[in-house]
Amino acid sequence: MLAYIIRRLFSTLVVMTVVAFVVFSLLYLTPGDPAAVIAGDAATTDDIARIRANLGLDEPFLVRFGTWAWGLLHGDLGTSIFTKLAVTHLIAQRVEPTVALTLCTLLVAVAVAVPLGVIAAAKAGTWIDRGVMAFSVLGFSVPVFVLAYILILTFSIELDWLPVQGYHNLSDGVWEWLRHLILPSLALGTVYMALIARITRATMLDVLSQDYVRTAQAKGLAPSSVLIGHALKNAAVPIMTIVGIGIALLISGAIVTETVFAIPGIGRLTVDAILRRDYPIIQGVILIFSAAYVLVNLAVDLSYMFFDPRIRY
Amino acid sequence: MVSLVSRLKPLIAAACLALLAIPAAASAQSQKVLKFIPQADLRILDPISTTAYITRNHGYMVYDTLFAMDEKFQVRPQMVDKHEISKDQLTYTFTLRDGLKFHDGQPVRSADCIASIERWAKRDALGQKLAESTDAWTAVNDKTFRLKLKKPFPLTLEGLAKPSSNVPFIMPERIAKTDAFKNIEDPVGSGPFKFVKAEWVPGNKVVYVKNTDYVPRKEPPSWASGGKVVKVDRVEWIYIPDSATAAAAINAGEADWWEQMPPDLIPLLAKNKQVTVKNIDPLGSMGLLRFNFLHPPFNNPKMRQALLYALNQQDYVIGIAGDPKNGHPCYSYFTCGTPLSNEISADPLKGKRDMEKAKQLIKESGYKGERIVIIDATDQPIVHSQSLLTLEMLKKLGLNAEVQAGDWGTLITRRAVKETPDKGGWNIFHTWLVGPDMVNPAVNFPIRGTGDKAWFGWPTDNRLEELREAWFNSTDVNSSKKAASAVQQRAFEFVPFIPTGQFILPTAYRSNISGVIIAPMSLLWNVEKK
Amino acid sequence: MSTLALPAARSTSPTWLRLRNALRRHPTAIVGAAVLGIMILVALFAPWLGTIDPQAVAPLRRLKPPSAEYWFGSDMLGRDVYSRVIYGARVSLAVGIAVALFSTFVGLAIGLVTGYIRWVDAIVMRIMDGLMSIPSVLLAIALMALTRASIGNVILAITLAEVPRVVRLVRSLVLTLREQPYVEAAVAAGTTLPRILTRHILPNTVAPLLVQATYVCASAMITEAILSFIGAGTPPNIPSWGNIMAEARSLFQIAGYLILFPGICLSLTVLAINLLGDGMRDALDPRLARRM
Repeated sequence: MLAYIIRRLFSTLVVMTVVAFVVFSLLYLTPGDPAAVIAGDAATTDDIARIRANLGLDEPFLVRFGTWAWGLLHGDLGTSIFTKLAVTHLIAQRVEPTVALTLCTLLVAVAVAVPLGVIAAAKAGTWIDRGVMAFSVLGFSVPVFVLAYILILTFSIELDWLPVQGYHNLSDGVWEWLRHLILPSLALGTVYMALIARITRATMLDVLSQDYVRTAQAKGLAPSSVLIGHALKNAAVPIMTIVGIGIALLISGAIVTETVFAIPGIGRLTVDAILRRDYPIIQGVILIFSAAYVLVNLAVDLSYMFFDPRIRY
Repeated sequence: MVSLVSRLKPLIAAACLALLAIPAAASAQSQKVLKFIPQADLRILDPISTTAYITRNHGYMVYDTLFAMDEKFQVRPQMVDKHEISKDQLTYTFTLRDGLKFHDGQPVRSADCIASIERWAKRDALGQKLAESTDAWTAVNDKTFRLKLKKPFPLTLEGLAKPSSNVPFIMPERIAKTDAFKNIEDPVGSGPFKFVKAEWVPGNKVVYVKNTDYVPRKEPPSWASGGKVVKVDRVEWIYIPDSATAAAAINAGEADWWEQMPPDLIPLLAKNKQVTVKNIDPLGSMGLLRFNFLHPPFNNPKMRQALLYALNQQDYVIGIAGDPKNGHPCYSYFTCGTPLSNEISADPLKGKRDMEKAKQLIKESGYKGERIVIIDATDQPIVHSQSLLTLEMLKKLGLNAEVQAGDWGTLITRRAVKETPDKGGWNIFHTWLVGPDMVNPAVNFPIRGTGDKAWFGWPTDNRLEELREAWFNSTDVNSSKKAASAVQQRAFEFVPFIPTGQFILPTAYRSNISGVIIAPMSLLWNVEKK
Repeated sequence: MSTLALPAARSTSPTWLRLRNALRRHPTAIVGAAVLGIMILVALFAPWLGTIDPQAVAPLRRLKPPSAEYWFGSDMLGRDVYSRVIYGARVSLAVGIAVALFSTFVGLAIGLVTGYIRWVDAIVMRIMDGLMSIPSVLLAIALMALTRASIGNVILAITLAEVPRVVRLVRSLVLTLREQPYVEAAVAAGTTLPRILTRHILPNTVAPLLVQATYVCASAMITEAILSFIGAGTPPNIPSWGNIMAEARSLFQIAGYLILFPGICLSLTVLAINLLGDGMRDALDPRLARRM
């Protein structure tokens, strides 16, 4: 198993190198010019050229890639072209909100969706089942920003229960922190809930028709212990897979959620950086995103062993 | 042993600081914190290397200026105590007032002022003009310095009091020595607020604290002149990219002041008695349609004139500002509501829209159905709505027009491309300028006809340049107005761009805020929070 | 040629039969199919449904609530929202269907090869991992900046994000199928690889892919809306349900109809496609869900 992990980590490195190179080339080809953004509306063509030269953006592709890759090997992602702050610093500033939002969303989604899916499967064909399925299909069909506005309108403006926007650090107090996360997590988590509830229901239905479950039922085990002890444990593997795949989905959704709720997370850092062509930030963030994605999926794969002892690496 | 102690020193110091920081953070609760939603995200700290308005506003927080313009367009001394102008108008002597100190504790010296002005004069259009006439800046002593001119330059003080980008802010000499095309990183000034770099989260939050060492002037504030008395302890700029969210935040009291709001959202705040929505910007902003002079069809003056007859400013004003209350047509190349604005030769743009005349001019121009590329930035509503309106107008005139959409970052890169439109160039783009940037021929950069050196679009027109030069030599108000009218007359013939109207983006603040200064830029001193 | 086509036809026809029977048993799927059909008709006949030019601006008549003149109201530039929503059906459905088609075919091709040729598998799957790890939104913004905003770029960006998922599905199907006795027998009999793929493997991937395609189609339409929100979607002068909503998002409290009508259309269509997909999945193979 250790050998497996090492092999996976190694292939992760390969993936990340590919991503790094692709992203760098893509950005290199992008026509946007940070010098033009820096210069402002009143600049002339000559001004832009001088600023560009000062920023070192006139260097050839390989020189720039080399400089960047060399820094990367030393843990240095460069400095933002605009703010002149270190990219590592900028990312570090923003990791907490995004991680908090993502974890909270996952937690809410799994906590709501798995029971829903299990109940729907247990009561397959009844109105409960249909209700859950209707919810899950609806959850897919509403864009996250529309949902976010509806939530703000209802819970912040009409009812005045929760804050409209912003993020508070966990160190400022748990309650303040949580209050600011509830609406964003709900908005972002709904698609997720829908997805996981569907998968859970489908897998549970599948597992419930298996022989060993019938045996357990025939043995006279309580329905709940059959559901949870036998069926859910076996349904865990596909559910975990969806969680892993969904990370990319979550990141895209987080960009929107962070924008609507003005949460200073990595998603917004990225979009802002792209809109103003702050190359070092874009490269750094995409690397971080891919690393997170790959690592989460490694964790997911390892979790299979926990849920399904038949799986060995 | 000694080395060990010395190595531990920074650690110990850090620990002490951390201990001190905890009570400081706790007492922050009882401090008066002004929460301000700025118009844009502050990303560049250097108000000389960029003309971005958000960076200019940051400049007003941390820096001070030698002179400042008041609401009557009069130049008032700010850091300067007294100044003398020699009879021949060639020597200016300035003396700084007492008690001026930079945030790092150093006094403001003549050398700092000279270095700052010299750096500004490398980038700013008016500054460059001043530099052309300048013989030398010399420091007489630490508090007195002198400007010697080669020939009289009547706008010297107006230049030093320039209210909008680029503002000649005074920085310490060590920072002002930086290449004018390189961004400075150290925001040390002598202004009424100090920048807290450790709390700066780009894209989210900028923090300023009151500069307790600042000595304000005694006069009441008027625009950026007069006493800059800070009445809060701390200012937080909270950038909220989504306007619906920003409106909700103001409504809920999560922020005190929203610098610029889309007029369409006014009804949301109007119901709230705790919130005041107001137009505090006396000059507003001007929309403009810019041509590319290098490529057909708009290299032909007849084509540009044709659009003067077709463009309906009413439509543009409403398209940009939503409500007619927040804007009005402005048939002048100089900001309406300022001394030089006039409607001389404006009839083609002002009268009843004459599509037949426009079509006739297009015919005379020999337009051969060339494709017209309008570049659009969909993330900038003011640019986007103008682009769509122009597309509609060109289609109505039977022109072969197309909008190519991108983001603002793409637009400002693409507009610098001199190639033909099918090779990545363009024919038309839109933008807007704040009122102070179009008040006179000196600052009005889109009007210039210096070819390759001109603003994007690169028009060449010697006549315009001559008339502009003549304006610089005007000595009194009347001759200045006359010279400006001549510039405008030529502009309506040559059409370097078309003004699309003047609009004002309202500001919104909560009722616990008072003392907001009416000015064409947001100034945060004098503001009280209950 | 005919020997190749025949068995394929034989193994697909039961799929269609099962599908027809199952759809009869699933009324919701029929409703879904009907709604989708209506939307497609609306998109095709947009010019004849009482619409005007969806791009025509009239600033003086901006933000008018729904009325006899403007059925769905007018937007901030005075454009007719009804016309925009009707024409928007074309763009939204085109994006959804195009992404579903492209990602299915590309994913199928890559999946078949990787599932069968082990050394290709290692390389391709690493690339797929890399592709999946870049959020589609980022990819889309980069692509838009690279050329310019266009429907083609939106389709390309979403397809790139969906392909790896299809590849994974096909690959896992192939890995199971190649262990089947009849495939092993064919290999033993010396059947060539292309023949094995087209004759034995391909027909068995049709059913799950069909179901997957409906989900891809639905999610692509939602992703298009999200891309529009970020400003990396369809160029705003071409109306799509997503960008009508995205453009009007800050006005959701003032002119709710701007979001309501395209929102209903989008949600209804996505709902219909999902219902259809669910019906097909249950019909074709209840155990399929495990791999979705």
